[in-house]
Amino acid sequence: MLVEFALYHAWLVPLLPALAFGVIVFLTRPWPKLSAIVAVGSMAVACFFATLAAYGVFTNHEFVEKPLVYATRWFSLGLPGMPEVQIDVGVQLDPTSAMMLFMVSFIATFIFLYSIGYMEGDPGFSVFFSYLSLFGASMLLLVISSNLLQMFVAWGLVGLCSYLLIGFYSHKISAREAAKKAFVTCRVADFGLLLGLLALQIVFGTLNLTELSEKIAHFEEYTTFGMLTLIAVLVFIGPIGKSGQFPLHVWLPDAMEGPTPVSALIHAATMVVAGVYLVGRTLFLFHEVPSAMQLVAVTGGFTALFAATIAITQREIKRILAYSTVSQLGYMMLALGVGSLTASMFHLWTHAFFKALMFLGAGSVLHALHHKADVWEMGGLYKKMPITTWTFVIGGLAIAGIPPFAGFWSKDEILVATLSEGHYVLFAVGAFTAFLTAFYMWRMIFLAFFGEEKPENHPHESPWTMTVPLVVLAVGALGAGWVGTPWHNVWAEWIFFGHPHHGPVNYGAMLLSIVLAAAGIYLAYMLYLKDAKKKRARRLAEWFGPVYRMLYNKYYIDELYLWFNHALVDGTARLMYLFDIYVVDGIVNGIGGFAKLSGDGLRVFQSGRLQNYALIFFLGVLAVAVLMAFTGPSAASLVLGGVK
Amino acid sequence: MMPFDPSALTLEMLVAALGLGVLILGLIVPHGSRHGLGWLSFFGLLGIMGVALSMWGDNRELLSGMYLLDNYALFWKITFMLSAALVILGCMRYVDSMGGQAEYYSMIIFATLGMMVMASAGDFITLYLGLELMTIAFIILVCFRKMEAKSVEAGMKYILLAGMSSAVLLYGLSLLYGLTGSVIILEVSRIIALQPVTPALVLAVVMLVAGLGFKISAVPFHMWTPDVYEGAPTPVTSFLAMGSKAASFAILLRLFIAGLPGIWENWTMVVAILAAVTIIFGNLVAIPQTNVKRLLAYSSIAQAGYILVGLVTATEAGIKGVMFYAFLYVFATVGAFTVATYFYHVTGSDELKDYAGLSQRSPLMAAVMLVAMLSMAGIPPLAGFVGKFYLFKTIVDGYLWLVFIGLIMSMVSVYYYLRVALVMYRDEPADPTPIKLPSPVAVTLIVAMVVTLVIGIYPGPLSEVVNEAAHTFFMH
Repeated sequence: MLVEFALYHAWLVPLLPALAFGVIVFLTRPWPKLSAIVAVGSMAVACFFATLAAYGVFTNHEFVEKPLVYATRWFSLGLPGMPEVQIDVGVQLDPTSAMMLFMVSFIATFIFLYSIGYMEGDPGFSVFFSYLSLFGASMLLLVISSNLLQMFVAWGLVGLCSYLLIGFYSHKISAREAAKKAFVTCRVADFGLLLGLLALQIVFGTLNLTELSEKIAHFEEYTTFGMLTLIAVLVFIGPIGKSGQFPLHVWLPDAMEGPTPVSALIHAATMVVAGVYLVGRTLFLFHEVPSAMQLVAVTGGFTALFAATIAITQREIKRILAYSTVSQLGYMMLALGVGSLTASMFHLWTHAFFKALMFLGAGSVLHALHHKADVWEMGGLYKKMPITTWTFVIGGLAIAGIPPFAGFWSKDEILVATLSEGHYVLFAVGAFTAFLTAFYMWRMIFLAFFGEEKPENHPHESPWTMTVPLVVLAVGALGAGWVGTPWHNVWAEWIFFGHPHHGPVNYGAMLLSIVLAAAGIYLAYMLYLKDAKKKRARRLAEWFGPVYRMLYNKYYIDELYLWFNHALVDGTARLMYLFDIYVVDGIVNGIGGFAKLSGDGLRVFQSGRLQNYALIFFLGVLAVAVLMAFTGPSAASLVLGGVK
Repeated sequence: MMPFDPSALTLEMLVAALGLGVLILGLIVPHGSRHGLGWLSFFGLLGIMGVALSMWGDNRELLSGMYLLDNYALFWKITFMLSAALVILGCMRYVDSMGGQAEYYSMIIFATLGMMVMASAGDFITLYLGLELMTIAFIILVCFRKMEAKSVEAGMKYILLAGMSSAVLLYGLSLLYGLTGSVIILEVSRIIALQPVTPALVLAVVMLVAGLGFKISAVPFHMWTPDVYEGAPTPVTSFLAMGSKAASFAILLRLFIAGLPGIWENWTMVVAILAAVTIIFGNLVAIPQTNVKRLLAYSSIAQAGYILVGLVTATEAGIKGVMFYAFLYVFATVGAFTVATYFYHVTGSDELKDYAGLSQRSPLMAAVMLVAMLSMAGIPPLAGFVGKFYLFKTIVDGYLWLVFIGLIMSMVSVYYYLRVALVMYRDEPADPTPIKLPSPVAVTLIVAMVVTLVIGIYPGPLSEVVNEAAHTFFMH
């Protein structure tokens, strides 16, 4: 009964946090505690409904083939001579969106709870919770969208909220700059997506996901292969920006300037996975275009490796995590590119748990160390912060890919999918990245949590509102992968594209990824824990000086973009500016001046005298009569009436 | 002939009873408690609106076409009552300080009755009856501040010019009667379709255009508008701007699209040119205005020009556009004028420069003014954008030049609308004391703003209602 209600009222899930946003902004802003309760409470209730809806979907196998879609007409536009454009807003519930709905609301609930402790005493406490609520609402709206335009609206809202939250500490210049960077980078990408959506609407006449998937399967009736390729590439540009894929990944590490719960929200549950989700949602489009699939796979694989190499040399705890997110998102894209929605969504699911866990853990560390972020200045935290340390270790094991932790199963699934589709190079890239991941993650863990204590630090364990989410998410990081083990893969029966994938268990790949992960951890152990003085690590950095510097400076991509901006964009802008002030402004001012002058001129008639008004009235009658005599078809009969 | 069924006139009788009741109660009730009359009128109108909603779908003709009942008329009636109710709600304080509540509210109700009769009018006599009932009620309302020279002057101007326009309209109607031998609009339409176009017929159409052009303040029959709008008490101005105009559009559509479709080619170009001239003139002259009421007066002239566009193609889509725009225009007008009313009530000024820093003194008033003006300018996602879209899309095919004029002039209008915003938001107030809004005013403002936003974002339901209403227009 209740499940039925949740299934058919899934729009309540985004609506509740959206309402919380309004309530906080307009009513409870002066009372921070109350605002927090409203935000956490509404998200918890939303999570409750999401859980029920997910339960409803995952107990009824019909939804796999036939998603539950209900929609209402948003607006329809018709211009003479054109087919009518009809846009719906609605809900599409199938296993993928139900999983996302549950995951997003679940993780958001705990991040919200965690924020109560983390943001305590901040002057913008209430505002922070209102933004968080809107952020959650936008992402949930994106997840349930049955229509790409609706999704795009939510997509834009997600971008707006990320801008507000990354720049939340607006007194810091770096935060403001990071917020701008995130927003502008994503907007650049959104433009590609928008063009793609427009093209889809023009070619196929609809943006509803279910209709599109049917029509694109027979795209030859509507368009050519070249056009479809173009559309797929344009649509993919959006996710490149949102999901931080190379070359638009630059905003993601800078987004660390926001408060840590925001980083956790952006990196785990909302925002960045939106891009992966969008590609997953429109996989029917990419599936028709092998070259686009290739593009997705290569972008994903390259990004995974590229970000992992940068992460090795970084020093700030959140920055390392940020690059690891970029790298993991690359894995997800890689999985989509080789056609495995199953593996991609599986990794998205497990990643959400362990990445949220690690970010919140990092936030707990920063909270304790008063925002000292350099891992080299930490050390030995495990004594004073046991809960944070051990939950973080669980996260580290999960992301490194050690069984039976969650990350192992999903990463293994991606590697197997890559291999079975015959992408050997990408498989090698993925496997090597797995090794790097284990190495840099454990480098960070050994440096920050183990080893010698630094006397200048006075860490302390965080309050319960922060540790409870850590523990809960640690349980997720441990167990979230058990639904998709190769021996009994429940996941693959529910979430797949085309047909469910049932390959034989590939023990070789499994063994390889375990060995690589263990090797990575061992190497990190040798370099950063056993060798207490870290002599070998320093010597390695010196030997590979240029490489080290290049990696540390993130391949100088930011500098490249800056140079490009200065040289090309600013130059063009200066040219345009001249054009603007001399030509455009001239025209505009001319029109304005003319309008003003004629306004003043016409005003003269308004004398206030009744006689004049009456005169003008009758002159008007005369004018209309003359006009009618000369415009209508009867003109001839009127003028020549007497003659005929 | 069908027997006369008085239940068809339920709404009109209820409104008349309400108006008389308020008038009589005003004589009985002691001075101190007369402010209750405003609430009585407000809730009375809301109640009658409820009755009206229950009559949706009741389509018939009364007395062989003299009185038409259909969703089209009903939609207009609801619009009129809604705007009357909102005007009353927004101006209670103002009226209390002015005195004469009973007469004031009952006149508003009688004007509403006149409009309702116009919406249903099926023949020339009924039409004229409704028109005059409305006009006379308005004349009384315009010079309601009888101790103020400006108000009385406005009243005099209005009575003389309105009389003149009525004469012209009557002349046109009598010419039509002479040509066809009937006063029933639908019959006239049938007869004219069979006749050749004569100069007399063209002259009749000219007279109709002029007479009704006066009411909707289309250029060049608009001269009374700024003076009367400025001199009249502000709530009356707002009711004049939306109610009187909407009712005249209701009858204009009936007369031209239902009554004269046979000679459609004769008047369509004239209407298009009138629309263009009105849009251009209203927007241009609004630019140098320094008085908010005069500025709104010229903007309302321009708005009438936009609405006229819906008449050009004489199709169902055009009727739909007119109704849609008139409905949302009610809320934008109520918003802007209620702000002006209350601002005058507090400061005694209508000058734009005194609006400086309004956003600091009363954020709600400034926000509502801004939303109302942006909606009139047609900025998405506000209602005005959707309304203009529905209007202009009907003429994209044959009158592209008019579309361009509309677009360019919309851009010009942004200039003076945003000038008000600039003064309200950027300038520092001379007197920074906050303005406290009484709750009826606040409710009116919030309703106006929210509806403007909601229609803009989600026009679907209203658009469907309007579709249904416009559809019944052709069913007689």
